[in-house]
Amino acid sequence: MASGEVILHTKGLGKYFHQPVSFKVLDDISFEAYRGEFLTLVGKSGSGKSTLLYCLSTMDTTYEGELFIAGEKITGKKADDLAALRNSSIGFVFQFHYLLPEFTCLKNVMIPALKLGKYHYREIEERAYAKLEALGLKDQALKQTSKLSGGQQQRVSIARALINDPAIIMCDEPTGNLDSKNTGIVFDMFMQIAHDSGQTIIAVTHDNDFAQASDRTIELADGKIISHDKIFGSSDFRPR
Amino acid sequence: MKKSVNIDIAVTHIITRKKQTAVAALGVTIGVAIYLFMNSLSSGFTKFSRDEIFKNNAHIKIYKDNEICEPIMASAADCTAIIINPQITTRSNKIINPEALLASVKGLPFVVNALAQVSFDAFYNRGKAQLRGNGSGVSMVEYDAMFYIGKYMVGGSVAALQGNLNGIIIGSGIADKLSLGMGDNITVSSSYGVVKIMKIVGIFKTGSSLNDNSKSYVNVSAAQQFVLQGPSYISAIFLNTPDPDQSGKFAAQLQQLTPYKVEDWKTTNADVLAADKTRGAMMTAISFSILLVASFGIYNILSATISQKINDIAILKATGFSGKDVIRIFMYEAVMMGCIGTIAGLLFGGVLIGIMSKVYMGGPVGYFPIRFELPLFMGSMLLGLLITCCAGFFPARKAAAVDPVEIFRK
Ligand SMILES: Nc1ncnc2c1ncn2[C@@H]1O[C@H](COP(=O)(O)OP(=O)(O)OP(=O)(O)O)[C@@H](O)[C@H]1O
Ligand SMILES: [Mg+2]
Repeated sequence: MASGEVILHTKGLGKYFHQPVSFKVLDDISFEAYRGEFLTLVGKSGSGKSTLLYCLSTMDTTYEGELFIAGEKITGKKADDLAALRNSSIGFVFQFHYLLPEFTCLKNVMIPALKLGKYHYREIEERAYAKLEALGLKDQALKQTSKLSGGQQQRVSIARALINDPAIIMCDEPTGNLDSKNTGIVFDMFMQIAHDSGQTIIAVTHDNDFAQASDRTIELADGKIISHDKIFGSSDFRPR
Repeated sequence: MKKSVNIDIAVTHIITRKKQTAVAALGVTIGVAIYLFMNSLSSGFTKFSRDEIFKNNAHIKIYKDNEICEPIMASAADCTAIIINPQITTRSNKIINPEALLASVKGLPFVVNALAQVSFDAFYNRGKAQLRGNGSGVSMVEYDAMFYIGKYMVGGSVAALQGNLNGIIIGSGIADKLSLGMGDNITVSSSYGVVKIMKIVGIFKTGSSLNDNSKSYVNVSAAQQFVLQGPSYISAIFLNTPDPDQSGKFAAQLQQLTPYKVEDWKTTNADVLAADKTRGAMMTAISFSILLVASFGIYNILSATISQKINDIAILKATGFSGKDVIRIFMYEAVMMGCIGTIAGLLFGGVLIGIMSKVYMGGPVGYFPIRFELPLFMGSMLLGLLITCCAGFFPARKAAAVDPVEIFRK
């Protein structure tokens, strides 16, 4: 249920890699993402989806063109400002589940919120528990993350991305390690936070059903956008 | 809130990597302990050798120096008077009007106490046995106030000489060699041929054989008789200042007041002080290098931690920790390792000092000259922490420069 309000857009985004030979990974990428939209990015392996997502996430700043978030130009901002922006407004789920191994699941989820410092420790703890519970992980909360299965770790990293209620959540194959039941849980959760809380999801996926069921799909090939799918509108499709 | 999460992460890293923490801290412990120990040792030695110097030397000494002959007539502008084979022309080592000089010196604000001395070459005889030495005519009570000779008396007392013109206080070496004891008579003659039979009223033992085998003390007037001089003769004035380290400055001021030679103890004992200084520099260099080596331990371990934790750093940066936060996290870790190491090092160094100060060396040294000195503990602590901070900063800065995208892409 996109509101028509643009939360993120790019103008002529391009990126080169110079190793081993110079080539253009992203070429003239211009698109908008709306508030409350569940957007998926698809394309063949090596088409530049992850690379694009890193540029959008503000972690990669070596691109040409411009990136705007909530109407504000992000390109050219200082590293510290970008870090603060990521902390408060962007949640990230990585292609490989990256968690801090020495900490418990709960602590991993809490750390971005502790950094933000908007709530007290107790409140943050409660919120983190709630997110873990929603992802079926409440009983794992006090386990060290290194002792969790791949799918469980993936879900912990989703909980972490959601903890600060960011305006945009970016995911690189968030369901890559999940069985169909958990894929369903994650999908429903994304749908709900997009449509009920007005947060925007930008998810890279190889799962066609997952993409089909999202609000809109952008397809990449060789670093170019080859299709901007229409907004489907809310869907009650569930991947099996 | 924001600060505490950085500390929280640092503490977790430290706790979950106990072994590395222990190794890094141990390096600092050894470095700080040795630094503290060596510097305490050096300071103890310096103190000891100073005390030795002040057993025999006042801070400042005023005496008449030898003079070299000068042309009687002022040389004309166009010709230079040349004296071939110049000679020492000193007729006597006498200080003229010593009472006035002594009184004016005692009146100076920076003079703690002052003392006049008449010295002479003495021969101690008993039967055919003769020992060479030197005698000092001093007011013994004032002398004690300056040199604490009373501490070293093994027989009789300092006060016994007071007003006793026939009394003498001798070193224990002289007493042993001539097998004389308290109350015995001793024949003393001077280089001027004066012979006196004196009564031993005191025996001292300083532990320095040079003193104990040759030195004796008599009254000023007895000494004046030994050198065939009147009551206004004095060979030197000794005086002490509040701070021996400032004596050079005071000596220069005194030199303005008197034509006689004013010499401070540093000039007199330049050789001993130079040796002290060399030893001090060596000790500092060695102990500092050890501390430096220890800091490489911290540097290494933090560098290794950072290479192993590169994923974690990337995650932290992705979730909104800035470069400064990352530097802080790793600096907290370095400081924690440094604190643990430094505190343990101070304890360990303190134990070493405690053990060493109980070691008996014998002879004039007695117990090993090492003590607990608070300033050295403070200095070692600051240096230990400073060095760990420096050693931690460079790896931490490297961590801050990690590019998360590069890590996620691998
Ligand atoms: N650091 C790099 N240096 C040079 N080339 C790179 C680098 N990282 C990625 N590439 C190349 O850029 C292209 C796009 O990579 P990217 O990871 O964005 O693909 P992707 O669409 O995410 O693929 P997948 O679906 O397999 O994850 C690929 O051809 C890849 O080989
Ligand atoms: Mg990818």
